Amino acid sequence: MNRTPAPYDGVAVCAPVTAPYVRFSPESAHWWAGKLLRQLAEDTGFGPADIDGFCFASFSAGPDTAVGLTQHLGLTPRWLDHLPTGGASGVMALRRAARAVQCGDAEIVVCLAADTNQIDSFRHSLANFSRFSQDAVYPYGFGGPNATFALITDAYMRAFGVTREDFGKLCVAQRANAMSNPLALQRRPLSLEAYLAARPIADPVHLFDCVMPCAGAEAFIVTTPEIAKARGLAAASVLATIERHNAFPEDPVQLRGGWAMDIDQFWASAGISPADVDSLQVYDDYPVIVAMQLADLGFCKQDEVADFIRRTSFDIDGDLPLNTNGGQLSAGQAGAAGGFQNMTEGLRQILRQPLGDQVPNAEISVVSGFGLVNYDRGICTGAAALRAMK
Amino acid sequence: MTERSPREKRDPLARKKARHVSPATRSRAMHAMSARAAQGRFVLQVCTDCDKATYPPRDACPYCWGELVWQDRPNGAEILCETIIRTSTDLYFRDHLPWRMGKVALDAGPVALVHLHQDLGVNDRAAVRLMLDRGGNAALFALPPTGEIDMTDPQLREFTVPVAGKTVLVSDASSAIGLAVVKALHDAGAGLIIAGMLPPERLTDQKHPILNLDGVQPVPLDIVDQVSLSEALSKVGGPLDIVINTARHVRGGGVSEQANIVEQRRAFDVSAIGFTRLAQACAPMLAGRSHGAFVDLISSDALAGATDNAAFAAAEAARLSLLQSFRHEMRSTGVRVLSVFTGPVEDEHHQPVPPPKVAPARLAAAIVDALHQGREQSCVGDVASDAMARWLSDPMLYAREKNL
Repeated sequence: MNRTPAPYDGVAVCAPVTAPYVRFSPESAHWWAGKLLRQLAEDTGFGPADIDGFCFASFSAGPDTAVGLTQHLGLTPRWLDHLPTGGASGVMALRRAARAVQCGDAEIVVCLAADTNQIDSFRHSLANFSRFSQDAVYPYGFGGPNATFALITDAYMRAFGVTREDFGKLCVAQRANAMSNPLALQRRPLSLEAYLAARPIADPVHLFDCVMPCAGAEAFIVTTPEIAKARGLAAASVLATIERHNAFPEDPVQLRGGWAMDIDQFWASAGISPADVDSLQVYDDYPVIVAMQLADLGFCKQDEVADFIRRTSFDIDGDLPLNTNGGQLSAGQAGAAGGFQNMTEGLRQILRQPLGDQVPNAEISVVSGFGLVNYDRGICTGAAALRAMK
Repeated sequence: MTERSPREKRDPLARKKARHVSPATRSRAMHAMSARAAQGRFVLQVCTDCDKATYPPRDACPYCWGELVWQDRPNGAEILCETIIRTSTDLYFRDHLPWRMGKVALDAGPVALVHLHQDLGVNDRAAVRLMLDRGGNAALFALPPTGEIDMTDPQLREFTVPVAGKTVLVSDASSAIGLAVVKALHDAGAGLIIAGMLPPERLTDQKHPILNLDGVQPVPLDIVDQVSLSEALSKVGGPLDIVINTARHVRGGGVSEQANIVEQRRAFDVSAIGFTRLAQACAPMLAGRSHGAFVDLISSDALAGATDNAAFAAAEAARLSLLQSFRHEMRSTGVRVLSVFTGPVEDEHHQPVPPPKVAPARLAAAIVDALHQGREQSCVGDVASDAMARWLSDPMLYAREKNL
């Protein structure tokens, strides 16, 4: 059906950087972007003149886009992209930057997501999120994403027999993983009992099913293996990627995402199978989306997801190390940077630069993104498989 | 007064409760849906090419990119999933938590998020009604498909105007219409009905049994007269929940033929200037109430003029215009402004008019029903319904026909 995508020859991904998150920040998205570029420069030695490609994702930089950021931050790129795709923006930035580098349109592309979280700014960004939300979601109780995902969670639990205990296992494992990550906002141990006893937010979603909105920034560099080597930067190659938007629009409730449309091609292009994955970094705005990705990415069958969760260990030293920095559920959700932290963490584990504990012998990371609830479901999905370069 | 609940006591120093309304920003397509919801219709956009229905409102068909038009569609549905929202960043919903909502598969095709009635759950069948929320915008409300609907559902109450126990002002209760409205409000359990008596009638002359019912308080009132209006409102002496403007000055006559300037001036004084005075005086009182409403009785002659009642029709047209502006002003306060259109009424003013005519009791029942359903626009009787249908389909043709 589809032409097989060309392999990502001559592409190196390197230099994951994370600006430590804070719950609230009086600063702007521009400030967070600048702070992170400075950190990136210190880590890599690249200055403004070196960067010839720039890809930017943010919800709170308005009225500016990537365009305003170039002048604001003194960049003169010959390749520029702005991604409005939130939780899917990390994978999508990688895809676009990789082809730009591979084809010679740019050599050193900085992919960066930055968002601030001022007091009360979350309410305002919710109120103006999308036209369908304004017309047909927020007038119905204004529960924000919690309500949207409560409906998905309710339907998902009924359809596949997944229980709160199953979701709890995912959240508890991610919290355990977060405990070694000094940058995670929530590092206190979480027990299954505490998870189950948490207050309801929008039934069946309870407190520990929800991410904490915060301010922060994430970035990585896509360049050539030669430049990475010359700069002494550990790098990874891209085995395969997929991307899909508005998949399965006829499904009455979202019980699967766009990954399910392209996943066979994904594993075939990557030349590996789910069993070869050393670290899995999936988008985790709510645990139901984690469960959905476990099935849609091919780690288990859709109707066996409950059983798969029950028999798998998701800890850093477990069967399938999952969201090893704690994910957004424990590390925090810094707007669009929440769609980048899976990329930076997946890279860190295979480049042996973890923020916290190292997944033993990690060579291959799979990163998965999910973004933008335009109406009743997440629209944008993507995934990437990365392998450490020798 | 034994069976009626005592009136709400008010501490003059108590902090006034802030009234918020549901989030108001909508697309133009959604406003088109709201305009139809105001008429009590259940509509969806349907493609003129592929005939598929779509929701939320779009500007092109998502199946074939054809043109979308609004059509009445069946409102049956099945409930797919549900949630109870317990936290919100929105000030209106924070005042009304917890809030139940869900997702339904409409028989008409699309899926939709809906407000859920307390008697409904997942897998239940539902009848989805298109109602106006407190911000005046259309919203889908899933109700039990059969049997009596429990109107005490706290969410449903937000979409309606309860009458029981409320204080209601009827601007002109001395007419046949006014008396019927007072009676209907009384039967619906209104707590206190302030019945405006148009001078020169005197309160001591009021022997009509309706005006002597429990909870009915006649007061002298001519909305054209600011002093009279202020005095009448000062006698309310407590919260005012609902105003029903029944005042009108019906007289025959054309523009150049059989015209009477004095009558015309009086008609404008009542329908337009009087309306404004009443609205100005009552708006702040209604705005503080949890279910404030202003109902205006208006002639369907307001839509396109009337050769035989030219001055009255013109005054009613002015009233319609003012009503639309007033409705918009009140949106931000959550006060519902309802219009009830009628043709000729079976009363002394329409003595020379042939049937069909609307009985005052029917008109009164329609007013109470409009409140209970939260319906912004109603047409009572065949004449008004026919007038509205013809005006909606071809206003220029209707104006021509109406004035032949």
